[in-house]
Amino acid sequence: MQSILETAAQAAGTTATLEDRLRQALPTDVDEASIRLWDEQSESLSVRQGQLEPVTNQFDAGVMVTVWHNGGLGYAATADLTDAGLRNAVDRARHWAEVTVDTGVRVEAPTAQSGNYASPVAVEWDEMPLNDRLDLLHRQSALLSVDPRIVASHAGLSRRNVDSLLLTSSGARVEQQFRFVYPSLSATAAEGTQVQTRTFGRNSYCGQGGVELLGHYGFGDAASLVAEQALDLLSAPNCPTGTMDVLLAPDQMILQIHESIGHPLELDRMLGDERNYAGTSFVTSDMFGSYQYGSELLNVTFDPTVSGQLASYGFDDEGTPAQRQHLIENGVLKRGLGGATSQRRSGVDGVANSRACSWNRPPIDRMANLNIEPGDQSFADLVASVERGVYLETNNSWSIDDSRNKFQFSCEYGRLIEDGELTTVIRNPSYRGVSANFWRNLKGVGNADTWKVMGTPNCGKGELNQMIGTGHASPTCLFGDISVFGAQS
Amino acid sequence: MIDSTYFNELSDGAKKSLTGEEVLLSTFKGESTDFMRFNNGDVRQAGTVTQGTMDLQLIAGRRHGSSSVTLSGDAETDRHRVRQMLSVLREQRSRLPEDPYLLFNTEGSSSFFVGDDTTPAPEDALGHIQTAAGNRDLVGIYTAGSTATGFASSLGQQNWFQTSTFNFDWTFYLRADKAAKNGYAGLTWDDDVFADKVNWSLRQLEALKRPAIDLDPGAYRSYLTPSAMQEFLDLISWGGFGLESHRTKQTSLLHMVDGDATLDASVTISEDTANGVAANFQEQGFMRPDEVVLIDAGAYKDTLVSPRSAMEFDAETNGASSSESPLSLAVAPGDAETATAMERLGAGLFVGNLWYTNFSDRPACRVTGMTRFATFWVQDGEIVAPVNVLRFDDTIYNLLGANLEALDDTAEIVLDAGSYENRSNSSFRVPGALVNNMRFTL
Repeated sequence: MQSILETAAQAAGTTATLEDRLRQALPTDVDEASIRLWDEQSESLSVRQGQLEPVTNQFDAGVMVTVWHNGGLGYAATADLTDAGLRNAVDRARHWAEVTVDTGVRVEAPTAQSGNYASPVAVEWDEMPLNDRLDLLHRQSALLSVDPRIVASHAGLSRRNVDSLLLTSSGARVEQQFRFVYPSLSATAAEGTQVQTRTFGRNSYCGQGGVELLGHYGFGDAASLVAEQALDLLSAPNCPTGTMDVLLAPDQMILQIHESIGHPLELDRMLGDERNYAGTSFVTSDMFGSYQYGSELLNVTFDPTVSGQLASYGFDDEGTPAQRQHLIENGVLKRGLGGATSQRRSGVDGVANSRACSWNRPPIDRMANLNIEPGDQSFADLVASVERGVYLETNNSWSIDDSRNKFQFSCEYGRLIEDGELTTVIRNPSYRGVSANFWRNLKGVGNADTWKVMGTPNCGKGELNQMIGTGHASPTCLFGDISVFGAQS
Repeated sequence: MIDSTYFNELSDGAKKSLTGEEVLLSTFKGESTDFMRFNNGDVRQAGTVTQGTMDLQLIAGRRHGSSSVTLSGDAETDRHRVRQMLSVLREQRSRLPEDPYLLFNTEGSSSFFVGDDTTPAPEDALGHIQTAAGNRDLVGIYTAGSTATGFASSLGQQNWFQTSTFNFDWTFYLRADKAAKNGYAGLTWDDDVFADKVNWSLRQLEALKRPAIDLDPGAYRSYLTPSAMQEFLDLISWGGFGLESHRTKQTSLLHMVDGDATLDASVTISEDTANGVAANFQEQGFMRPDEVVLIDAGAYKDTLVSPRSAMEFDAETNGASSSESPLSLAVAPGDAETATAMERLGAGLFVGNLWYTNFSDRPACRVTGMTRFATFWVQDGEIVAPVNVLRFDDTIYNLLGANLEALDDTAEIVLDAGSYENRSNSSFRVPGALVNNMRFTL
């Protein structure tokens, strides 16, 4: 299939390449300007209760023009890639830069560098024909619908290709090619008004690569267990209420990291940009370098270099090269999640994480890959160390205050831990706490065997609103003295 | 922005390339939006987004495929893109099975609406906003411009709905998380209306200057403002009212649908398309009725039914989109005088906004979330002190059922300021609610 940009080039009837025309459109009489091109193709397949849902394909392309001049900053996004369309967008961005000279937050242009990045792909998506992809989903769907009590099931497979090109008036050029894969499974079991849903990591098995990721994630073998556990939960006892140890699997840890480490460390929250919508942070700029965020077992990295993780990249959307950095080391807060612009505004060290979800939104501070480094305890060691507690898998509900402190999370599946052993399956497990205390109760970190590389495909933030994928990797982790409870029903 | 003529010409051009029994459904969603994002009264980011997406559904018999393509606005480019999409869909359709749940409107009627653009010039809006902000810490987002939704069927139906609106969603901050949130949205900027809203926020800001108090977890008599009610109902709308979620037991209102749970008899909830700001047609060409009553006097009544669900569950569609989510949710006002809300509250919590709601037990419709922005402790009908954030965890059957004391006699219109992918056309019409024993846990 021809990309939308090749189509545009043909229709424009010019021999100049699109890149040439974009470069020519960049204004030279301003302090700095950039054009960020985004070309996306996606396919989404879904089988629900044995029936193929409408197949959807998406072709999307456009550019964001940014102009910095005399302290002003302006944006203009357009899908009109003709010379006239690009000129109009440049004029509009220049206009906004003029308007904001005296009315805006003074922002200097970041210094972009040049380079390339491409997702690691072993087996190209198209090497698995559409019929094979559909057959795979139908097989999973059949495995999910093994019992009449399974009242809803879903097997899904999506892929997304994004090619981006950032050009600046200073001469920087960043070209990146992303190939994303998103498999999903779910089964809902019901008896009367008792309803339980179990999923394949609630969409957290996703990353960059090709068909090989399906095998890597174990997608073809997961459906039976998903259905079996949904049925088990129907007759399981409710989660007990009390203060106890909580052992969190990686597919719950990623949510815990995301909500109570990732968002609080975003510099644009601390700068106040997000206070009308996503919120602020209990973390303040004076805490960096000294604040004990968690126990000494807590080591958190911003790591866009993990091969195949959902938010790996070579450069952020301001053109800053991406590097692995420790955000929290031995429990102590080291640096924040903020790109070059936020670092300059706040005076706090950050990372290369100024990102936009598409061509039609300006970049803001986002998590990328935010990972907890593995410790040295095996899963068996962690379980054995618990006298009374619960082991929880897979988030199904999340809520946290606007300062990212008071949270309440629920999981799909739990088991009691009694005298060092995993015992009864429990349903509707939830726990609540306060971020500022919770991580200090980290008392066990699983080793590399328990470490899983996952992601959250839909993180919402920003005004204009933006939905973007973030990567998280984590070992299984043990926390002490946590408030645990179950459902009323 | 792409207009109806452009969209219809593109659709008509595509129609000429159809062969045999092929039917083509085209939908359009587009906008031209100016945006200004504020922090501390200054513009943090400002710009213009012009975008339009055309969805093509190519049908032959019971086989079909769909593709979405971004339009450039350049006719030659877009004709080329659409031709390409049709080739892709034809090739793909041949490899897809028949779809037993396919349903589209074959007898639809055309409609056309383009509202006048009376929104202010962005520079004028900026002046109004920064004058109101003064040296206060104002943070928020202003968006304005035209949005359009279109539908065209190769069978002849054409629909177009275009409006031009502004939406300013902002907060005055006093310190840390002590802030007053407000919104002003509409078609034409009115200085007096804006001034009233600013003054309302300033009064709240004044009250926020008092020392804040921490409340222990427990059950408190609470007044939920329309904004707080909107946040709560927005969550319920997530899978609560659709036929598919009902038949597959995934609705949060399961105990009302399959059990004997009810809400208070004063609660009537509708999809009120006639009084909303969304188009009254959907992507398969079906029209939405003016009103679908979802909960009537506390009892579950109707569901939102997409064409696909209609086929799957042997029901009649009522023009719901594929997500079966309401776009224009309305809660009927009650009989309690809105102006006396604080007096009627007496002693308890005035909850200005709720935030980050989610289900702690979906089948039981038990919801958790946080208080946010201006939330106060009230004694003898007067504000005593702002309250630090609290987590609530309670069911709809308590909040709008057994523990609901009264709904206000006026419903406030809240236009959604959301802009994921594109500017939202959702709205809510909700009254405030006085509730006994609202359960707070952290």
